[in-house]
Amino acid sequence: MSALEALKTELLAAVAEAADLAALEEVRVAALGKKGRITGLMADMRSLSPDERKERGQAMNALKDEVGAALDIRKAELHRAALALRLEAERIDVTLPVRAEQQGRIHPITQTIDELTAIFADMGFSVAEGPDIEDDFHNFTALNFPPGHPARDMHDTFYLPDRPADGSRMLLRTHTSPVQVRSLLKDKAPIRVIIPGRTYRSDYDMTHTPMFHQVEGLVVDEKTSMAHLRGCLVEFCRAFFDVDDLPLRFRPSFFPFTEPSAEVDIGCLRRGGELKIGNYGDWLEILGCGMVHPNVLENCGIDSTRYQGFAFGMGIERIAMLKYGIPDLRTFFEADLRWLKHYGFVPLDTPSLAQGLTR
Amino acid sequence: MKFTLSWLKAHLDTGADVDTISEKLTALGLEVEEVIDRSKGLEPFKVAYVVSAEKHPDADKLRVCMVDTGSETVQVVCGAPNARTGMKGVFAPAGTTIPATGVELKKGVIRGVESNGMLCSEREMGLSDEHNGIIDLPEDAPVGAPFASVLGLDDPLVDISLTPDRADCAGVRGVARDLSAAGLGPLKPIDTTPVPGGFASPVTVSLDFPEGEASACPMFVGRLIRGVRNGPSPRWLQDRLLSIGLRPISALVDITNLMTFDVARPLHVFDAGKLHGGLIVRPAKAGETLMALNGKEYTLEPGMTVIADDSGVVSLGAVMGGESTGVTETTTDVFLEAALFDPVRTAQTGRRLSIDSDARYRFERGVDPAFVVAGAEIATRLILEICGGCPSELVIAGQEPEWHRTLTLRPERVLGLGGVDVPVPEQIRILEALGCGVKTRDDGVMEVSIPSWRADIHGEADLVEEILRVNGYDHIPAIPLERTSAITKPALNVKQKRVVTAKRVLAERGLSEAVTWSFMSSAHIDLFGGVPDELRLLNPISADLDVMRPSILPNLIQAVGRNADRGYADAGLFEVGPMFRDPSPQGQDTVAAGVRSGVMVPRQWAEKQRPVDAFDAKADALAVLDQVGAPTTNLQFTTDAPGWYHPGRSGVLRLGPTVLARFGEMHPEVLEVLGVKGPVVAFEVMLDAVPLPKKKGGTARPLLRLSMFQPVQRDFAFLVDASVEAEKLVRAAKGADKTLISDVAVFDVYQGQGIEPGRKSLAIAVTIQPTAKPLTEPEIDAIGAKIVAAVAKATGGTLRS
Repeated sequence: MSALEALKTELLAAVAEAADLAALEEVRVAALGKKGRITGLMADMRSLSPDERKERGQAMNALKDEVGAALDIRKAELHRAALALRLEAERIDVTLPVRAEQQGRIHPITQTIDELTAIFADMGFSVAEGPDIEDDFHNFTALNFPPGHPARDMHDTFYLPDRPADGSRMLLRTHTSPVQVRSLLKDKAPIRVIIPGRTYRSDYDMTHTPMFHQVEGLVVDEKTSMAHLRGCLVEFCRAFFDVDDLPLRFRPSFFPFTEPSAEVDIGCLRRGGELKIGNYGDWLEILGCGMVHPNVLENCGIDSTRYQGFAFGMGIERIAMLKYGIPDLRTFFEADLRWLKHYGFVPLDTPSLAQGLTR
Repeated sequence: MKFTLSWLKAHLDTGADVDTISEKLTALGLEVEEVIDRSKGLEPFKVAYVVSAEKHPDADKLRVCMVDTGSETVQVVCGAPNARTGMKGVFAPAGTTIPATGVELKKGVIRGVESNGMLCSEREMGLSDEHNGIIDLPEDAPVGAPFASVLGLDDPLVDISLTPDRADCAGVRGVARDLSAAGLGPLKPIDTTPVPGGFASPVTVSLDFPEGEASACPMFVGRLIRGVRNGPSPRWLQDRLLSIGLRPISALVDITNLMTFDVARPLHVFDAGKLHGGLIVRPAKAGETLMALNGKEYTLEPGMTVIADDSGVVSLGAVMGGESTGVTETTTDVFLEAALFDPVRTAQTGRRLSIDSDARYRFERGVDPAFVVAGAEIATRLILEICGGCPSELVIAGQEPEWHRTLTLRPERVLGLGGVDVPVPEQIRILEALGCGVKTRDDGVMEVSIPSWRADIHGEADLVEEILRVNGYDHIPAIPLERTSAITKPALNVKQKRVVTAKRVLAERGLSEAVTWSFMSSAHIDLFGGVPDELRLLNPISADLDVMRPSILPNLIQAVGRNADRGYADAGLFEVGPMFRDPSPQGQDTVAAGVRSGVMVPRQWAEKQRPVDAFDAKADALAVLDQVGAPTTNLQFTTDAPGWYHPGRSGVLRLGPTVLARFGEMHPEVLEVLGVKGPVVAFEVMLDAVPLPKKKGGTARPLLRLSMFQPVQRDFAFLVDASVEAEKLVRAAKGADKTLISDVAVFDVYQGQGIEPGRKSLAIAVTIQPTAKPLTEPEIDAIGAKIVAAVAKATGGTLRS
């Protein structure tokens, strides 16, 4: 038996001495391989008596198990060591910057339109659109502008050559209101729409650009009154500017297409060249509105003795400037990447009432 | 429209202060732009009495004055030639800031004599340029009183902005009437009793208009006043005009100006001695000229209304009088004109000749048609009072146009339309206070007669507005709109949603959204296919912005150029907006366009720098198309992009004949003309052309069928003619077995060593997805053979060995 003990000692020593996985494999083959020493001794057992064989077999199996276990343990050890070496060799400088990624931005005009769409959608409005190139009828006549109205002047309105078919004066719409006419003519009452879009006026200075954006609102049904107009605008302004107690002031005004008409101021604070929106006692004009003039309804084929409603219009750049503190109107149209990066919005910042309009 | 508080109080009996009045004006729709306190900064200046003024012992031109300031007597050294004993002047003590210079006055010693303040000139007070002497106040000026109040400068000036409908408030009296209706006090009466004439006017007036044009001047009232003295007007009149920034000229002119601002009744005065024969009011003839009172000569056109005598045109009706017949200080006989002129013609004439006169401002808004004679009488009385003279009888040509009208108001409409419950008696009170007559019928409906000065009131809605406005818009409650559905419905239709999606997809891909003009320069239009003449603006704001754009790209490329000039050459910009084919509503397309310039992969330690190329633009276009629901797997590619693209590096994505997108490198010539350095790549996606989704039943997606067998991949390299398009080869490979081949990817394109010139190697990786059973090697080889055959048939390509 001492021969087995000696073999065991020798093999276990060899296992312990194996310096790497290859050496360990050699040890395993030398011990347990087809021609290995333990395998060889097992084969020699055929010449023994059954009892001897049994006894010897048990001893051999114990040896085999013990050497096998030692091999496994050593293998795991060597594996860990090899991995540790590899990991050490694979070390990188993680302070290096990441690969360049391009980050785009959404223009504040788009973001503002998406915001007000979310608010007005919640009040039951859908979005309507119309062409930028209009005729005199939709832009002026149907909206109750009298023939000699100064807005029709070449100083204010961009004109295109007359339409040959009927001699209509073609122009770039000066407001989004012609889409009121188109929507009423097409969809009739009752109606609740907002109309965001490009508008054009012949003016270019610090506070005017030849193209700008407006949003128009139109509600026509059988009972909407000026109190609803006020309610609608109070809710909108408070939601849009995110000021729960924002005060609104209605002042009488004049527009050819509304009667009664009003201009609306919101509360603000002016201090040291800065402007803050909120309940601070000062006022800032933000939009014009009124009850749709009966003549406009009739011009659109709506019975003005049965239907009534309101309309409002406001400048999108203006409310964007107020909300986001953008100082200069003209910069909206310069496509300056530095400006877009600073005042623009990341694409995932999609306005929604559920998430809160503003990130 | 400007007026002072005291002027307002000449018409309105009120104890209200300027803040109350100012708030009420804004609430009435007469928006206060500014309340100017003209006494600001003048507080330390007091009326002082010069007890003595003696020559300075050491200077010939200086005087040593003992000045009684009301509280003490101080010594002042003064250099003014008019400083004298016994005069009253304006004294500023040491420590006062002089308005004109902003310098603080200090005690000093002038040539050995102590000086404790200053006697001021008008220039030093910032009142005028007068600096020939110190201010010489009237004897009755109370010593020690604030100088500002003596000059009437403590009377606040109110500046209101008038909406174009409120012609009646272009005079102080109209403003007073509104305030009176709003409860600030009674309107004072105005004396319009006729002044009897002593003789018939020798100056005759006739209206001479062709049929249908009589409305140009429906009524002309005149009167000759003989023997007037036209000197400077009295102090009160001068002060009143000065208070609103008008320069006094002469008594007669000042009276007409007063009438303009006081009762919105513009008048004109002719020097009757300079008139030749009677006056004719008629349309101008082409080419007639007038040297106007502003010293400028105007060439007139038909459609303008003139007043002429035998010498020709002497005045431009409603706008401005002529120099040849204007009054001067030597005028003794004056002919007064009070007329009515048509608002539309007045506005057109004024715009055409660029004359902004106070008369035009009122006539183009509409002057009270029932106040012509009354206006003439008030003016006559003022002329007689100030200038003396004998008036003739009135000469009246034409007649007062019919203005009476009665409207009905159902009182419940104030609540129904206006949203405020105003009690009926209060409704009646408001209307009557505004000058309306109100009769209530048995059915409760009011019959409201409209006053002559309110041409802006046409219907029931206008009457509701009058009541709401005087009652105060503040009383309109805020009632939220009734919900139309319990849950918010979508506000956008499919096409509108596409715009939102396209923008967010492109921004997600690293492009920043620009908003550029819908117009561009006609100088560049031919580079972008040109436009029909109907898209050229008749009155562009500049030559750079004179045609409607047929593509968004020129504006975006120029934006890239501007960014490059600022040092940002690697730009990615997009815009979703209109481009124009023709001026009809259908001639406008919504397009998502974008440009990339410079490098796509910047210089960086981890990756190789790479310039932008056509495939970046193609990827952008495909991403948009995919996200807006275009069937991107069925698209056809053609290489016929428009001329602004590089002809060999651009493509068009189509669905049959419909162009959905185009992309590629920009043509170098386009970049050169636009002054932009390349490379620049671009794309245009025609969002409107993408077919609308077919209405499907519900939101469920088709059932997912997953194969239980592993896919197999096989690579093939083909030798093909260099002109063979990859897309063609890929399609052929895919078509070899439509059920089993799930994907074909191009992984290598090679031309050069080892490949015959004119040929190229295209290598594809084919993914074969077994569906019913695993495939055996021979089966896979069979598919491979089919692929090789299909590619050979479609492209003539052979397997590269």
